[in-house]
Amino acid sequence: MASEEGQQHPLSVYFWIWGLLFVLSFFSYMVDYMNLQGTLRWTLILVFMFLKAGFIIAIFMHMQWERLALKLAILGPPAAILVLIWLMALEGNYVEETRVEYYGESTFEPQAPPHH
Amino acid sequence: MEPSGTQGVVSDFSRDKQVFGMPWGKAMMWIFLLSDTFIFSCFLVSYMTVRIGTTDPWPVPSEVFALSFGGDPIPLILIAIMTFILITSSGTMAMAVNMGYRKDRNKTFWLMAATALLGASFVGMQAFEWTKLIVDEGVRPWSNPMGAAQFGASFFMITGFHGLHVSAGVIYLMVVAARVRNGFYEKRGGNYEIVEIAGLYWHFVDLVWVFIFAFFYLW
Repeated sequence: MASEEGQQHPLSVYFWIWGLLFVLSFFSYMVDYMNLQGTLRWTLILVFMFLKAGFIIAIFMHMQWERLALKLAILGPPAAILVLIWLMALEGNYVEETRVEYYGESTFEPQAPPHH
Repeated sequence: MEPSGTQGVVSDFSRDKQVFGMPWGKAMMWIFLLSDTFIFSCFLVSYMTVRIGTTDPWPVPSEVFALSFGGDPIPLILIAIMTFILITSSGTMAMAVNMGYRKDRNKTFWLMAATALLGASFVGMQAFEWTKLIVDEGVRPWSNPMGAAQFGASFFMITGFHGLHVSAGVIYLMVVAARVRNGFYEKRGGNYEIVEIAGLYWHFVDLVWVFIFAFFYLW
């Protein structure tokens, strides 16, 4: 538990999480490398992302061993971002529909990026 | 005996004491990181909004950020290497915090120096990435040859702000590491909580990259 001496934990915990973060990063890179598409791609990206973020916050930043008061004070407020995401997704869709209605579909001709 | 759980929350906030039982610097770092969370969230949410709103095709990051080492281009390879470098640096930072609490000044210094070096190499690769995109591929904040014009603005704002955080972190780590080495904290009672506070910042920078990697590069 958190004490006056600060956060002192066995080294093995860090090595485990370190290895796990490598494996998870490798998997998330594989999602792109294997060219997975659609719902499967988005689900895997989010799963690996939340696992990595969770381990970094809980273990590396020691949140797991902090008191509930700090957990709530720091992890609670970002929940408001979910509302922003929802509103901005609505707004984005509205903008897209309006553009299609008034300007028509895109006539953009993409050029293939040069490879080096 | 301190109460725990929700009882503990009530007690921590209402009793005649400091709410968070930790050095003020650590509590302030957490609150700063909370504010930074909102800044990066605003960038990522704006990116989502313009990507949904555009009618032009969004450039495929897998192809835009592909890199060839003589043979066929490997998708996203530089970004993958940067990701692994940042995770490695997070590991060395966690070790440095641990060694700091053991009052092993020498190991703390070298682990922090390694963390700063890995961070600097991350920034170097990002500079390479930006140069390639601007000079070779003609990406600008207002247009690019591959698709939606908003791609450039989102890319430069998000990765640029993150790169600034990494650069600031490298300087911060070097200052603290030098002070660990020259005995600055010994004279102040041998308290190495500052290493953990610097570590919180560094892990946060890695944390932000996890989200950028998922939403900007992989999505």
